[in-house]
Formats: sequence, C-alpha cells, structure tokens
Amino acid sequence: MSETITLEVLRYLPETDSEPHFQRYTVPYKDEWVVLDALNHIKDHLDATLSYRWSCHMAVCGSCGMTINNEPKLSCHTFLRDYRGGVIRVEPLDHFPIERDLVIVMDSFMDKLSSVKPYLIPKQDKPLSSGEYLQTPGELNVFHQYTQCINCMLCYAACPQVGLNEDFVGPAALALAHRYNLDSRDGGKAARADVVASNEGIWECTFVGACSQVCPKCVDPAAAIQQTKISASVDWLKDLLTPGAHT
Amino acid sequence: MDVIEIDVAIVGAGGAGLRAAIAVAEADPTLTLALISKVYPMRSHTVAAEGGAAGVIKDNDSLDNHFNDTVSGGDWLCDQDAVELFVNTAPLELLQLEHWGCPWSREANGTVAVRPFGGMKVERTWYAADKTGFHILHTLFQTSLKYPSIRRFDEYYSTDLIVEDGRCTGVVAIEMRSGRMVAFRAKAVVIATGGAGRLFPFTTNGAIKTGDGMAMAYRAGVPLKDMEFMQYHPTGLPGTGILITEGSRGEGGILVNKDGYRYLQDYNLGPPDPWPRKKAMELGPRDRLCQAFWHEQQKGRTIKTPQGDVVHLDIRQLGEKKINERLPMVRELAIAYVGVDPVHEMIPVRPVVHYTMGGIHTDIDTATSLPGLFAAGECACVSINGANRLGSNSLAEIVVFGARAGRGAAAFAKANPKPGAASNAAEAAQARLRELFAREGGPDTVSGLRKAMNDSMESGAGIYRSEDTLLATCGILADLRARYRRLALQDRSNVFNTDLIQTLELGCMLDVAAAMAHSALERKESRGSHQRLEYPKRDDANYLKHSLAAFRGDEPPSIGYRDVVITRSQPAERVYGGAAT
Repeated sequence: MSETITLEVLRYLPETDSEPHFQRYTVPYKDEWVVLDALNHIKDHLDATLSYRWSCHMAVCGSCGMTINNEPKLSCHTFLRDYRGGVIRVEPLDHFPIERDLVIVMDSFMDKLSSVKPYLIPKQDKPLSSGEYLQTPGELNVFHQYTQCINCMLCYAACPQVGLNEDFVGPAALALAHRYNLDSRDGGKAARADVVASNEGIWECTFVGACSQVCPKCVDPAAAIQQTKISASVDWLKDLLTPGAHT
Repeated sequence: MDVIEIDVAIVGAGGAGLRAAIAVAEADPTLTLALISKVYPMRSHTVAAEGGAAGVIKDNDSLDNHFNDTVSGGDWLCDQDAVELFVNTAPLELLQLEHWGCPWSREANGTVAVRPFGGMKVERTWYAADKTGFHILHTLFQTSLKYPSIRRFDEYYSTDLIVEDGRCTGVVAIEMRSGRMVAFRAKAVVIATGGAGRLFPFTTNGAIKTGDGMAMAYRAGVPLKDMEFMQYHPTGLPGTGILITEGSRGEGGILVNKDGYRYLQDYNLGPPDPWPRKKAMELGPRDRLCQAFWHEQQKGRTIKTPQGDVVHLDIRQLGEKKINERLPMVRELAIAYVGVDPVHEMIPVRPVVHYTMGGIHTDIDTATSLPGLFAAGECACVSINGANRLGSNSLAEIVVFGARAGRGAAAFAKANPKPGAASNAAEAAQARLRELFAREGGPDTVSGLRKAMNDSMESGAGIYRSEDTLLATCGILADLRARYRRLALQDRSNVFNTDLIQTLELGCMLDVAAAMAHSALERKESRGSHQRLEYPKRDDANYLKHSLAAFRGDEPPSIGYRDVVITRSQPAERVYGGAAT
C-alpha cells in the first residue's frame, strides 16, 4: 500500500454546529504535495462539504492562510514532507471569527487596511503629460520591501496584541502605511498619522516580532512599526519645539 | 430576493474591474457603483502576472513598432483599429499607474526601466521586478480605496445577467457568506472576470479562473469570439504549472533540450547568436516556442520526468545578483516547488495553458452586442491579441480597456433610464438555484465531471489539434453537459458553500469549453496558437475571420464569422529569428 498521511481539520458550520470540532482524513502522501493539495484531495474525493479559500497555488494571492500545527502558514507553501510520519492539524487563522470550516471573517482586516489611507497622496501634483515621477533605484529600495505584502493575514494570526486588542490596526496595515510614507513620491504622512500614530496604531505594538517571523514574503512589519515609532517621536518632538513648523 | 439599485455594476475586481471602477468614479462621483467579485480584489489572478506590461515610452521605440509587433504576433487576426488605440493609450495608462504609486523598476536616472519580451522588436515592457501583476493589482486596489463611490461586494458570486427588452439591466449574485441571492439592478454592467484557463488540467491559472463572466454573457446571447485560440506559455513548472516568466528569457535565459542543445534554432527562430536578440530564439512568440517543444517531444529530445516531459530553462549566466534583483520570485518559486536553485541549476519547464485570447465579443469601445453590457480584460475579446497574444500586452490591455469600459458604462448609465424594479429574470435565476438545491443525487460528482472535461480539453484541443481529436472532445463535452444537468449538490448549506460555487463554475466551464472546441473544429487552418495537424497552413482566403460562437442552450453552439479589421498592415508571413532583426 502506498504511503498516506493524516490531516485533522477543523470543521464548523454555523447553521448546524454549536461549536467547532475536528475531522480526520487520510490522504495519499506525496513529496511534492503541499497542504493545499491534500485539502483539494479531500474536497475532490473524500468530502465535498469542506470549505476553505484558495486560488493561485504559488504564494502570491494570499487566500490560503491557515493555522498548520499551531503555526500560521500559507497552505500552498507548506509541504507535507515537513510533517512526514505525523498528523497535520489544520485550523483557520487565529484572532479572526470563523465563518465556516477554514474560512475566517476578514471584515476587520479590510477595514484596518483602508483606514491607513494606503494610496499615494502626491507630494506635488504632476500631469500625466509630463511623464513619470523620477525615482532612483535607491529611492525605490527604501520602501520596496514593504510593497511585498500579499494581505495573507498570517501576521495578524501571529501577533499577540491583535489577540488582546481587536482594534489594533495591526502589522500588515501599519507596514503598508509605512510603505507609502517612505515613497519619494508621497506627501501623505501627516494624513495617515491620525490612525498610524494613534493608541490603536504603532503604540499598541509591544515589539514581539512574531509578525516578521511568520511573514511568507519577508516584509518585516515589525521593522516598519519600529521605524514609524521613531519617526513619529521625532515629529512629536519637533512639534513640541517649533509648533506648526512642519507638516 | 434583495434588490440593490445601482448605476453601474462591475463584475470582477481584478486589474480590469478595478480600473473600470476607478474610471466610473472619476467620470462622475455621483454615479453609484457596485464592484462585485467572487473573491477579495487582491486575490484576483492579475496578482500572478509576472514579467511586465508593454507600452512605448523610450526614444528608441515607436508606436508603429508596437503596432506591427502586435499585429504580426497575432498572425493578422487582430483588429487593427483596436490595436492602434491600444498601443496609443498603453503608455498613458502605465504612467497613470506610476502616478498612483506602482513601484516600477527604475533606471539609474530615475525613469522607468523596460525589458525585452517575446515577439517585441524593441524592449518596451515595464516591470516591477518579476511581480508586475501583483504590484499593478495592489496599486489599483489600494487606489480604489480613495473613491467613496466605489462600493465593494466581496465574495459575491454572480450567476446571471438580467436582460429585459434587449438591454442588460443588472446581474444576480449569491452572497457567499450567507447564501442570500441579490439582484443588482443596474443601468450598465461591466464584465471583467478574467479567462478560462481552468478548462485545462495543466495551467498557470488560479482556481478562480473558470470563465464565469464569459459564460454569463454567452448565455445571455452575446457571442464568444475567437475561442479556439488558447495560449500555452512555454515555461511552466512541471506538476504545478506555476509560471516562470518570459522575463527570465528577456533577461537572457536560454532553453535547451536533453542534449543541452538550443533547439529553437531548428524552428525558424535562429541562429542562436548573437544572444540576447529581439524576436529571435528564446524571444520568439509563445505559440512558436510551444510548437517547437511539441516537435522536440515527438523527436524524443525532451527530458522525461514523473510530472511529464520537460526542457531546461537556463538562467545561470545572469548570475546571482541580477537574478535576485530582476527575477527574485522565479528563484523563490523554483526552489520551493521543484527544489532547483536557478543560480546554480537549470529549471525544468514545459508548456502550460496560460491565456484565453478569445472571449466576449466587444467593439473597440468594449461594448457588447447587448446594450448596457460592456466587457474588458481577459474575459473579453476586443481583438488586440488575434491568434496569439504577445507577452506583456495583457497587463497593458487590462488598464487600457478596463478604463475604457468604465467610461463607456458611466456614459451609458447617464444616458439611459433606470430599469424597472421588478425582474422576472432575477426570479428565474433564483428558481434555477432552488432547483439545483432540490436535485437528488446521481452517480456523478463535480470533481469527476471536471476531470473528464479537463482531460478531454488537453487530449483534444491542445497545442496541436486534429479533426479526430476535436470531434472526440466535442462528443465528450456534449455528454458531460447532459450529465451536468443532472448533477446534484453534496453540500446544501448556505454559508460559504464551495461545493455550490464549484458546481456553478463547472457549468460555466462546460459551456465555454463547448464554444472553444467547436470553434476549433470549424477553423480548418493553422494560425497562431491554433494548429491543425491536417491543415498546417494559414488560409487567409477562407479564415482571415473572427469566429463567433453563439449559445444554443443544450445544443452545441453555432459558429459564425466576422471580418477582421485591417487598416494598414496587410497579412504577410510572420518572420522571427535572424531574418527579423
């Protein structure tokens, strides 16, 4: 008989279940399979009622974040071979309400993302006919890493502060605000400060750094938040010394 | 059923849908707008595009060059008025993305950088490392948050267009978290739902690319145009089908067969040196490269692996620094999914279904034959891609025609009255869904029928097709469509029921697949990506025409034709390799 592996998957259907439970499935083991392949095998051959989100299968669309053996992971980028011989426990991402099975309710994340004004607020208006804003590779490098976020929310599942305070703006959204603040074309830092430098913003972060550890794209939101704290402190100090002198 | 009154409804929130939404909001902020998608915008498959977006920006290039590359690349099946509009507008739209913050890669002097791409005479492909689609999508999504009139309906699965008195007056959708049906009563509707790569088993396309919008329009009486033209991309990872960007060849990567030989020189693409060289060898067009692979495979010169035959893509000569700077995702993907670090080893690759050239027939203004209905992006066929799309034209296409669709829909909404509140069409859609929920189970499953469809498309309608294989596929599809009508749900719950969604998607795919197979059967010539073994030559006398597949319910589609718009480039031989440069 060919090798198999067991998945223990959280199931929850709000229409009938009072609380979540686990269901075990045995699937073929393949070296090249990721956890998502195993879930797709379950869906196609064992149990069509299992629900989860996925699309690209190449770690860029950000749909398939799940808790896999207690760690937030992209299921399309987590290989069965790293769990060979054991049981793989698959749960929805932590710190979000469960909509059904492995599907979380992500409304709060979407609201937080838009709250930081994550779009270019140009420093100077420039008509399209005058061409592009010049930006050297060096200027691009300053913020490039913070453009890499795929909104997979693994950092929200990992962050203890998100668990303690559901209003915390959180790592991905703060890193995105930082991305625009650092962009040489942008002049919107002051407009973002209301949310970013509020009590629910950067100051809620206690620098555990779990967000950066679990980030599949090496965005390092923890660094973004610490840099923002320093920058906000400098702004605060400047404002104290020379009120109204800067924006 | 809940009814939402809206001026413009946009179905699909990828690059084209988001660009359309912004265009509507900018055209008139008082217009109400519903942006409806079965996924959150940043999950849309635009996210997976890698290599770049074409638009003339540098002094060494010209709009004529881009026009000529596109028309010859499409084997003269492009509508030349549409191509002209496209190449003229692309630079402005790409600049617009720059002004919205897209992190384009840059030259040392701060201007945007461009890279060479297949079939393009001059380097004109703007890129953001090798995550261009990702950055375009996120830039558009984030920018869309600025506009208060853009009201999003994330994770709403659209099932039907509402058509009354010969006009499209809305769309019916299922709110996935509740199972509730909603009728969006709209003055104008834009479809921007992407392609249908999931008809095939081995594809770069994400799970969501099931041709839903194409099927909705097709069922509502709008023809699907040029569906027989399905693009294979020459370099997908075996097993998963993950895309390895053409940009890797644009940067100097080469393809070799099992003998380490650059086999493309045997297929009118050489000589191999000097390299890199535009429009030659590995920078030939995708259709030619995939056909060359097929011939190598026939000759036994490909490499056997458990995941199918492959050739090798070698980018080692670029060196680690350049790979990390220009192709970081290629490296990351190759290491993760095939265990190969391209800095030190060659990447195994094989042709993989990638892009649907055909789609919802629109005119140059993205309007369909159904008043009030517009379509843009991969789901549409405005006929800039003809029989073979050039790499990096599609990311430019989604913004050029997405914006145009938004403006067109906004103008239509302002010029036409509100549809009436009641709609039999919406009630009928709901009744069909109730019938599906009530249906008793037979022996078939969604996954079983889907696999049978996938297998028949690959075996019958792949890189090379013939009368026999296509007839077999058409027969299988007819059988599958009949069985689909008796298929029952295994999950009858209301909350995030993915069995239901997959069942509805399968219905869309089967209808679109029939359009594709029958269009391919009727085109008795070889042109671009459509290669018929028994008709190896292009036949302009009979087939310099767009095919139009019309829906006929349970029956197979009827296939009609329409003239190609030719303005200034008469059909000629497509020339690549040394003769092209």
